Amino acid sequence: MDEGTKYFLQLLISGLAVGSLYALVALGFVLIYKATNILNFAHGEVMMIGGLVCYLLLTAFSIPFIWATLITLVFALFFGFLTERVILRPMIGQPIFAVVMITIGLSIFLRSLSGIVFGHHNKIFPSPFSETPINFKGLVLSHTHIWIMIISALLVLMLALFFKYSRTGLSMRGVANDQDTAMLMGISVKRVFALTWGLAFAIAAVAGIFLSNVMVLNIGLSLVAIKAFPAVILGGLESVPGAIIGGLTIGVLETIVGGYLDDMMPGAKELTAFVVLFLVLMVRPYGLFGKSEIERV
Amino acid sequence: MLRVNNIQVVYNDVILVLKGISLEISEKGKVALLGANGAGKTTTLKSISGIIRSQNGELEEGDIEFLGESIGQKDPDEIVRKGISMVPEGRRIFDDLTVAENLVIGAHIRTDRSCIKEDMDRVLTYFPHLKIREKQRSLFLSGGEQQMLAIGRGLMCRPRLLMLDEPSLGLAPMVVKEIFGILERINREQGTATLLVEQNARIALHFAEYGYIMESGKVVLDGPAARLMENDDVKEFYLGVTKDDQKKSYSEVKHYKRRKRWLS
Ligand SMILES: Nc1ncnc2c1ncn2[C@@H]1O[C@H](COP(=O)(O)OP(=O)(O)O)[C@@H](O)[C@H]1O
Ligand SMILES: [Mg+2]
Repeated sequence: MDEGTKYFLQLLISGLAVGSLYALVALGFVLIYKATNILNFAHGEVMMIGGLVCYLLLTAFSIPFIWATLITLVFALFFGFLTERVILRPMIGQPIFAVVMITIGLSIFLRSLSGIVFGHHNKIFPSPFSETPINFKGLVLSHTHIWIMIISALLVLMLALFFKYSRTGLSMRGVANDQDTAMLMGISVKRVFALTWGLAFAIAAVAGIFLSNVMVLNIGLSLVAIKAFPAVILGGLESVPGAIIGGLTIGVLETIVGGYLDDMMPGAKELTAFVVLFLVLMVRPYGLFGKSEIERV
Repeated sequence: MLRVNNIQVVYNDVILVLKGISLEISEKGKVALLGANGAGKTTTLKSISGIIRSQNGELEEGDIEFLGESIGQKDPDEIVRKGISMVPEGRRIFDDLTVAENLVIGAHIRTDRSCIKEDMDRVLTYFPHLKIREKQRSLFLSGGEQQMLAIGRGLMCRPRLLMLDEPSLGLAPMVVKEIFGILERINREQGTATLLVEQNARIALHFAEYGYIMESGKVVLDGPAARLMENDDVKEFYLGVTKDDQKKSYSEVKHYKRRKRWLS
């Protein structure tokens, strides 16, 4: 393999790893939007809090990584239930604009609160993954990237099975499809909403934990979610596969652009997501997998 | 089995839509609820199924009793569990789901998961059209098939009472005939009581044993279906026939006025 190809593959793989994380964030975002029609602008903060809580468990309590992760997931699940119950349920029937403003308020509140609780300094996340890279036919792969891809793929697979075969998963799809009719099936829409928020928050927490492994862990981590927005819109707000493909696409393109252009044009990497989004929306205004009309009767 | 007792329903705290409706269905009975557009038929069904509150409606007066128990203020999921299933107006199938998934979701409240497959097969014997499309996304069904799916889905919770909101709407006469044949069979074989809302009075009164006729939120006439069909006013305004058997338009102003007089 010549150096050029090797460099490209290298970029591709780290792009896929980063993209998997964008995909997870986008996925949580889409789940909430599909079921409740709410754009949750606090999603990035939830992700960051996932990273911070796991960090706290690892450093202050010296809990092994697996357990710290599981505890963080349970925490995120209940955090989602709580958010739905306390902040969003009272907003049922209010104009959608007001509800969106509430989530923006929540994002600011959570960022400040995290600053107070965890401090504003950069934290070094004690990575559970081996530092020595794997050398595969001349390609250098980090353990972290490989694990990110494996776990994300497993998570997506589990979710797919959950939505396809479980009674609860099916009821969640029913509510997302037609809320009133779901009620007629005896589905408790309130319960489904709570579950949706819990599940989305747990997925965001997974993304947050992994991101803390590859990025600086501080309050700014929440801004990664801004990258997930193009992923979401690229995939088409209501499409779960779209969120995953959107996330991977943005991750890969951004890394490749960064790898080739960042020397000449610093900041090109950060712009990629938005340029791609712009170009796609010119051709397909509802995203790659979006419905041409979003109807709610 | 079901007794609706003088209910008043208000939307958005101000719009009085049902002004004291009473009706009754006995075990295994077939009852039709007829009336023009806007009379309040759908609102009546929504009040019984409990989803009225999620649409800014409120049951202000009166009560609904099912199997001797008051259900007027219960949540929709509890009411489904008590044995009342509703097939909504406009079919409202879950078009993101497959045909089979639509049936499974209809059985959401059931705990005897192992029997669901059996029931699904039974429903599919009533609706063989659906059988061949089981794995397809339901968005691609024809109107008639969608109505069949909506009815099949409504049966999956093993209801004691099935409520249907205008199942004939927008369907070809042949399809309507087929669907009502199946509804007959279901009533006979499963013993499911049926409350049918229709604008098509002819087909509804042939199906039902008893009928109620609604006008602007009130029941203006009720009686055994055979007697209603003989009633001159019903003949003229709902069955669209005059003495010399000419077809008539519902909306003819002169007659509309006469109907009003007859109502008051
Ligand atoms: N959600 C609602 N909010 C306010 N008014 C409603 C609502 N639903 C129905 N109505 C009104 O109630 C009346 C009866 O409607 P409906 O029960 O749907 O009649 P039908 O089914 O007999 O055609 C109509 O005048 C309609 O405009
Ligand atoms: Mg109606």
